[in-house]
Amino acid sequence: MSTYAQKKGIGATIWDYLTTVDHKKIAILYLIAGGLFFVVGGLEAMFIRIQLAVPNNDFVSAGLFNEIITMHGTTMIFLAAMPLLFGFMNAVMPLQIGARDVAFPFLNSLGFWLFFFGGVFLNLSWFLGGAPDAGWTSYASLSLASPGHGVDFYVLGLQISGAGTLIGGINFLVTIINMRAPGMTYMRMPLFTWSTFVASALILFAFPPLTVGLFLMLFDRMFGANFFDAAAGGNTIIWEHLFWIFGHPEVYILILPAFGIFSEIFATFSRKRLFGYSSMVFATVLIGFLGFMVWAHHMFTVGLGPIANAIFAVATMAIAVPTGIKIFNWLMTMWGGSIRFTTPMLYAVAFIPSFVAGGVTGIMNAVAPADYQFHDSYFVVAHFHYVIVGGVVLGLLAGAHFYWPKMFGTMLNEFLGKITFWLFLIGFHLTFFIQHFLGLMGMPRRVFTFMEGQGLETGNLVSSIGAFFMAAAIIILLINVVITSVKNEKVGNDPWGDGRTLEWAIPSPPPFYNFKQLPLVRGLDPYWLEKMEGKKGMMPAEPIGDIHMPNNSFIPFVLSMGMFIAAFGAMYQVDDKPWAIPVLILGLLIVFGSMFIRSIKDDHGFHIHKEDLLDEDDKEVKA
Amino acid sequence: MENTQSNSANPRMDLNFRRKKNAEDMKFQVIAFALTIFLTLVAFVAVGYDGFSHWFIVPFILLLAVVQVGFQLYYFMHMSHKGHEAVAFFLYSGSLVGAITILTFVTIVWL
Repeated sequence: MSTYAQKKGIGATIWDYLTTVDHKKIAILYLIAGGLFFVVGGLEAMFIRIQLAVPNNDFVSAGLFNEIITMHGTTMIFLAAMPLLFGFMNAVMPLQIGARDVAFPFLNSLGFWLFFFGGVFLNLSWFLGGAPDAGWTSYASLSLASPGHGVDFYVLGLQISGAGTLIGGINFLVTIINMRAPGMTYMRMPLFTWSTFVASALILFAFPPLTVGLFLMLFDRMFGANFFDAAAGGNTIIWEHLFWIFGHPEVYILILPAFGIFSEIFATFSRKRLFGYSSMVFATVLIGFLGFMVWAHHMFTVGLGPIANAIFAVATMAIAVPTGIKIFNWLMTMWGGSIRFTTPMLYAVAFIPSFVAGGVTGIMNAVAPADYQFHDSYFVVAHFHYVIVGGVVLGLLAGAHFYWPKMFGTMLNEFLGKITFWLFLIGFHLTFFIQHFLGLMGMPRRVFTFMEGQGLETGNLVSSIGAFFMAAAIIILLINVVITSVKNEKVGNDPWGDGRTLEWAIPSPPPFYNFKQLPLVRGLDPYWLEKMEGKKGMMPAEPIGDIHMPNNSFIPFVLSMGMFIAAFGAMYQVDDKPWAIPVLILGLLIVFGSMFIRSIKDDHGFHIHKEDLLDEDDKEVKA
Repeated sequence: MENTQSNSANPRMDLNFRRKKNAEDMKFQVIAFALTIFLTLVAFVAVGYDGFSHWFIVPFILLLAVVQVGFQLYYFMHMSHKGHEAVAFFLYSGSLVGAITILTFVTIVWL
């Protein structure tokens, strides 16, 4: 039964990953795919900054610039930040609650492949007649007027990858509700699990409005409907409402898991229990609720009237309260702690001032009359890059260093990690801090060039230099990953030495069944609790017995590919291409055929037998 | 994992308890079923009777509908049983958020 330990050929490994339903391997897939799209989105960011480095630049044309900014935003939000967070959720959350896998391993794999094919579809637009060019918000009047297939790629690609995200979110919710280990009550769950829970709930409620909006857009663009066409009796503002009813919760879907990662890091490297745990949980849930009641603050200048603007301004400012609770709790966690400045901890400490700066400009934007001045200027660009890069991306980089040993069994080099950190932090502030002032001086958002003698030259040049620092930081991180993988020095259960939660009580990487015996959880930070009582590991909550495991399946890949093929058919039928409808039908046949096979084929999985588990113990084989 | 564990080693005891519980559930289901039929009849009568204005009938039928949804969830879909707290929380918070959004649209946003 120790097939796991055998050396496998490259083909077998690839097949294993294409068919895997193991949450740890799907986490690695999310990390690779998300990382790939992060690099693509990063290249687009570099092109933007190169174009804007000097006045009257002609590095790219105006039309291409629009495509680049649209794809930069869309890729970074939907195809980089969210999947990377999903990667950490998949890798860590089931371990933190003491589960052997997520609730629906098959759906977990389906969610990943749908996201992946949706993302590939969206990015193929570069090679098939031009990318979407209506901004990542794709406001209806503009996107309906956009010629070519760019916006169609946006609509169909996001629809497919959005379905994957929704499936993933529901899966995490069910996992956390139903699969916690004995003794793991809600109020003993680690903060990262809590933030995964709330973010998944936000996905559950926020993605349907996006799906509706994208469907309306799809019908308007491809089947002659007029939902958003004011000339034909439609209303172009409906798109803005639907998009932002989704879009605002979306930014909390991104930032809450990052908050969760930082909460774990602060507690671990301050060697203290997280200060105000229950208020942290309360604040996370409250942010989740308030996130749904502020969407119109993106639309202050639409002309909703002073009452709507005032109410949404006040609701927006209310979010500063739970966020403030969190900031103070993190500071209090460090206060009096025995702090170790490891790479993840450096990111966590730098995150506080960076994110607070973004939060403060957020409150400034929330003041509706002032927003008339800030709207569509570089001030807004600076604001959301401060919260997303200063919050989410720092969280992702911190999480990558922190959880790397748990996911891959090797430690990233700390020295290179710290170089990455400093380059990235300096580059980030260099790039975006000055954009506040560019905005206040009147530089509009989304312009492809600016003229000389308007006082914008120095600011933009500084901003572009900062971008190169960030690029250098990411290159060093990649070098670090390669060096670490080649050296391949395996580490033990708790490589940081101060792990508090369940995932650090099992080997790195964990065996494919995670826990030989489900652990008994006796309080918050269960592993720390046992360590403080002089024990080496968790007390088991059950005798060793057979473990039921799901079989691998190739169906998720095929099903998602069916959607991918169908999307091409749907898109090109607009041009009256004779092959378009057959391709659409072929794709849908693959989709429904896969569903049919999944439904009629009994797949009961397999059991790891008790004897094999005991054997492994005797032979000291680490799976 | 499965929700079939019993606290007692005696299988008879578990069976007796479950029989009694099921009989009780059946009683509630029948009562709820009769009530839903009755409420449906009330709704038909309210529409059919000429004496009521629209301003009474529409909110009244909506109210009856809400009661029927409650019956459906709590008696037919067993939300009254233990272990449905998370589901209830999600249902209520989801409807709250949805209701606030709709309220916003009809009062201050004027879509």
